[in-house]
Formats: sequence, C-alpha cells, structure tokens
Amino acid sequence: MFNKKELEEIAADNKRWQRIFKESVSKTPERLKRFSTVSGRPIQNLYTPLDLRDLDYSKDIGLPGQYPFTRGVQPSMYRGRLWTMRMFAGLGSARDTNKRFHLLVNEGQTGLSTAFDMPTLMGYDTDSPRSRGECGRCGVAIDTLKDMEILFEGLPIDRITTSMTINPPAAVLWAMYIAMAEKRGISRKVIGGTIQNDMLKEFIAQKTFMCPPEPSMRLITDTIEFGTNEVPRWNPISISGYHIREAGSTAVQELAFTLADGIAYVEAALKRGMDVDSFAPRLSFFFNSHLDFFEEIAKFRAARRIWAKIMKKRFKAQDPRSLWLRFHTQTAGCSLTAQQPYNNIIRTTLEALAAVLGGTQSLHTNSLDEVLALPTEEAATIALRTQQIIAEEVGIANTIDPLGGSYFLERLTNDMEEEAFAYITKIDEMGGMVAAIEKNYPQLEIADAAYQYQKQIDEKEKSVIGVNKYVTGEELPVEILQIEEELERNQIEWTNEVKSSRNNSKVKAALQRLGEAAQGDDNLMYPIVDAVKAYATEQEICDVFRTVFGVYRDPGVY
Amino acid sequence: MNKKRRLRVLVAKPGLDGHDRGARIIARAYRDAGFEVVYTGLHQTPEEIVQAAIQEDVDMIGLSSLAGAHMYLFPRVVELLKERGAHDIVVCGGGIFPEEDIPKLKKAGIKEIFTPGTPLTEVVAWVEQNVEARR
Repeated sequence: MFNKKELEEIAADNKRWQRIFKESVSKTPERLKRFSTVSGRPIQNLYTPLDLRDLDYSKDIGLPGQYPFTRGVQPSMYRGRLWTMRMFAGLGSARDTNKRFHLLVNEGQTGLSTAFDMPTLMGYDTDSPRSRGECGRCGVAIDTLKDMEILFEGLPIDRITTSMTINPPAAVLWAMYIAMAEKRGISRKVIGGTIQNDMLKEFIAQKTFMCPPEPSMRLITDTIEFGTNEVPRWNPISISGYHIREAGSTAVQELAFTLADGIAYVEAALKRGMDVDSFAPRLSFFFNSHLDFFEEIAKFRAARRIWAKIMKKRFKAQDPRSLWLRFHTQTAGCSLTAQQPYNNIIRTTLEALAAVLGGTQSLHTNSLDEVLALPTEEAATIALRTQQIIAEEVGIANTIDPLGGSYFLERLTNDMEEEAFAYITKIDEMGGMVAAIEKNYPQLEIADAAYQYQKQIDEKEKSVIGVNKYVTGEELPVEILQIEEELERNQIEWTNEVKSSRNNSKVKAALQRLGEAAQGDDNLMYPIVDAVKAYATEQEICDVFRTVFGVYRDPGVY
Repeated sequence: MNKKRRLRVLVAKPGLDGHDRGARIIARAYRDAGFEVVYTGLHQTPEEIVQAAIQEDVDMIGLSSLAGAHMYLFPRVVELLKERGAHDIVVCGGGIFPEEDIPKLKKAGIKEIFTPGTPLTEVVAWVEQNVEARR
C-alpha cells in the first residue's frame, strides 16, 4: 500500500520513535511484563505501515461484496439491512418456549433461534432412563411433531427464519419443522432457516453424540443434498467454531478447526457427486465473539478471506456466493462470571460490538444471568436491547468495515490467516478432519489451551474482574428462572397421549423403511420426514440410527 | 516406612450434559497435584459412575454438572454408593448451581460444592484436607 521510498522513511521514523519509547518506559515502566491477547498472542507497542509491507489493497482487502471479501460478503452490508437479531431461546415445554418466542418477536427480534434440552439434543425421549432429571432444563423438550407444532404456533414462519441448534438428530428435528410448516400450508420451498448439523465440532467440542463419525458424515451429506433439492432457502449446516472456543481453544484454533471442518463437509458432498456451486452457497458458519476486541474482529475478517480462497482455489467454485462465508455470532458464554453478574452486560456489549465490526450476518447476545441459569424474560430483553442500541444509536453501522485499514487490525488479520492455514495444512497431512478427530488431535490441542488459560487466571496473569481482581465477596441478588418439578412428568404423559392417538402400524412401517434405507445408500431425509409425519418420536427414529450405525462413546481424553 | 498410597480420584460427568471443559481441567489439576486420576468421559449414568468408582477403588468422586440436572443426578450417586456399601467414598461436585440448591445437595451427602471462579489450587487443597486414602 506504500511505495519503497515511503516505507524507508517510515522505517527511519519508527526507529527513532522506538528509542523515545524505550527512554520513556525506562522512567515509567510498562504496566505489564508481557502484553498479549486472551489467546496469548503477543502484541507490539505500535503498528505502522511497516506491518503491512507486503499487503496489496485490491488483492488482500478489496471491497465489500468482492473477493476476497475481507470487508464483508454483501456490497451494501449494514447500509442495506442490519444483521439479524436472533436470540437463542428454549426452556421447559414447547408451550413455555412458544411464549418466550412471542415475547422476543414483539420486542423487535428479527429471527428465531431454538435451544433444545439435553434429551432432545442427544436423540432421547423424555421417558428414557437416560433423560431423568434433564427435561426442559437447558432448552425446550421436543419428543414428537406435536411439540414442534406447539413450539411455532402463531409465529410467522413464512416470513421469519428459524435457527435450530441441534446436531446428532438434526435431520429429525428439521423433518419435524418441514412437516409442521407443511401442515400449516407453507411449502418447504418457502421456509428459511438453519440447522446446526455440524457433527465434527461435536466430536471436538460440544459433545452431543449419537453415531460414530463416518455414518454421521453420511447423515449430514444426506441433509445437504436434500436441502439443495427440496428446501432451497434453508442452510442445512452451520459450521461452528463457537463451541470449540467455549471449550477453551484460542482464536486461531477456533478459526482453523472450523474451516477444516468446512473442508471435510465440502469434500463429502463432492464425493457424493454434487456440484460445488449447487450446495456451497447454503453452507453457513457460526463463530464466538470473545473479549479480546481486535483479535475477534480480525478473526471474522480472516475467516471470510480464508474461506473465499479455499472455495476458489481448492474447490474451484465459480458462483461468487459459493465463496461467501456468512456467519452467525454468539457472544462468549465462557467470558461471563457468576460473580458480580451485572458486569456481564458490559462484557456482552463489547463482544457484540466486535461481532458487528467483524461483519456478522446474525447475532445472539448472552443474557447477564446465563452463567447461572436459563435467562429470565427481563435479562433476555436487556440482551436484545444491547443489539438494538448498537444498531441504532452509536452509528457504527453507518459505514462498512469502519476499522478496515487499521495497521493493527490488518496485521492481526494477516497473522491469523497465516496461522490458521498452518493448522489446516497440518490437518490435511493427518488425512483430514475425521482422521484428526479419531487421533484426538483437535480435542487435545484445545484441552492444552484451556488448561493454560485457567492457570493464567489462577496466577492472575489474566484479569477477570470480580473473580481474581476487584473481588467484593458480596453477591448482587439476581432473579433465577426456575423450571417446574412437574414438567418432566407432564411431558411424559403428554407424549404417551400422542403415542396412543397415532396410527401405530403406520409408525412401525415408516421406521422399518427408514431402517432399510439406512442400510443402503438412499437419502435418509425422505423416510425421516415420513416417520415424523406419522408422529414417530425423536428417540424411535434415533434408535434406528443407533441400531444400524452404532453408538459413539466419549474417549474421555484430558 | 508406612507411606500412605496416593489418593485415587474419579472425575465423572453424570447425565447428558456435554460441558466437559471444567471436568477435564480439574482432572489435569488433580493429576498435576499427584493424585491418581480416573476420568469417566461424558454421558454416564449414576449407576455407571458408582460401578466405576468401586471397580477402580477410588477415595473420592468429583461430579461435574452444568446443565441443570444435578438435583437428581448428584444425590442418586450418593444413594447408590450407600446401597453398594461404599459410603466412605467422598463425593464432591462442581459446576453451575442455583444458590438455593447448594445446601440441599450438601444435605443429600455431597461433601462440598465448587462454583465457577474457584481457583484450581483451592480445589486441590480441599481434597488434600478432606479426603484420605481408604486403605
């Protein structure tokens, strides 16, 4: 961006300035022995054009909506349309969560996002012995299509998109959503939304399990193929770094492992015989926005650039939309503290700001009480208001990529891209992500980083306000959302009622067809949709997978 | 020389909760403190945890839960230990718990509860002071 002569002058000036700086800190020493990011990346005292010596503006940064998309995927970005405000919500029964959805939509949220309880996430019904004590505790309990119908009652799903955080049984919950829409007379061609459906990061980090990696990849590829042919406005996968980061990874590990997972899914779809441009535009991503402001913004910008390069150079995609890395962001749950919980509002605000400056397409802001329990209505509303204030009061959505060109930010973006590519090459050499996971490679890399970080906090090398610094010992009372004791019993009774009113021979036949398809190569989405329409329960369907494909067990490495 | 054997601890994740960052960090901290550590991995039923504890002849079980099912799962582990005549195995827990659940868990026989923000050194020191090798 600067010519040789300019750079020489800047270098000379900089050398002089570094001497002045050194003199100054010899009188007043620097605050810290080492300045570093949350991820442990060392940070210089100053960034100048010298850090961007080899940077070519048009080639490396470019313009919004143009390759390599460093400044954003759409040409108009937030000048056209703001990001989707999509609050992750789910609690108790389908009825309880439906009420919360209505509240959030009435308060101005622009997309829906569903949190399921643990049995639903793992493919068990509420009446399974493994589900004891878990019903509705960390999300909504869904056993059958009936629950899905209640969950979205009265919500305009022909206009508003829905995200569902669901992985091993993603195909089943998606089938329920499609069936629910069709019962309401809304075509599968019209509905829009996202299923998370990213099993590789489950093995790495979030750890809801059902079947081993190979058959999991088959199920995912079935959904990508089905989506491409049948549900064109749906994102059949949300390739997620969020949970990798929550498990304790560094920012670069989050970036690299997520994109390496993306490569594995693209390769699986290509192996199926699909054309890259038929499915790539519907691949979506999901990142964490952690506390280290500039590192996070750089991560989002680097992610777009890396993915565009991978899709163009490695997979020879032609459609520009295939090169787009569109992503949802959630602020970092693991950065919140149980101590002095009101401080969490400030942490979330700063993280949300980084996500917006990083060009996110959609955002969830955590509630201040999410470190303690599921959010109350009041706390969830404050979190939504946080986004609305950022969008409408502070002016940062007035121009596109306002921090682009910052010496510090561009240097960070370059460094993170380079480091992420080094990880991706290493994973390629291991035989790809599935092979790397089987060797526990990403799992142990993350465990190392998490342990290092915890030790830094214990040794006060990293500050956590209210935990290892400015501790008051006095806790502010925060109201906690309670899940009623009778919920589990009621849900079991309700599902039994559904089971006794359905046509059981129809269910049996549908499950048998599904089992046969699972043993062969047919796309499983069609028999799954038939089974949910007959009101087969989630577990009845997942038990077919577990029987045919086997069950994955946690290797328990630490 | 009558040297006591090293403490043996079982770190366990009961129920369907997949949040294992804390459990795995604690397992490493115990290991670095010189304990013999057995980690069950995720998604264990109380029955499986108690079976592992008896089979591995541990002195303590550390239970980790962050998804809200602790009020059933933790007391169930203590109950099963009693049934199997292994009531001398100390049980403690860590994770996210509403304030009012903590006295209830202690009453149910969970000897100590650790909440977010507790330094590793404190968790290790508690074990050293409160758990003895059973034989």
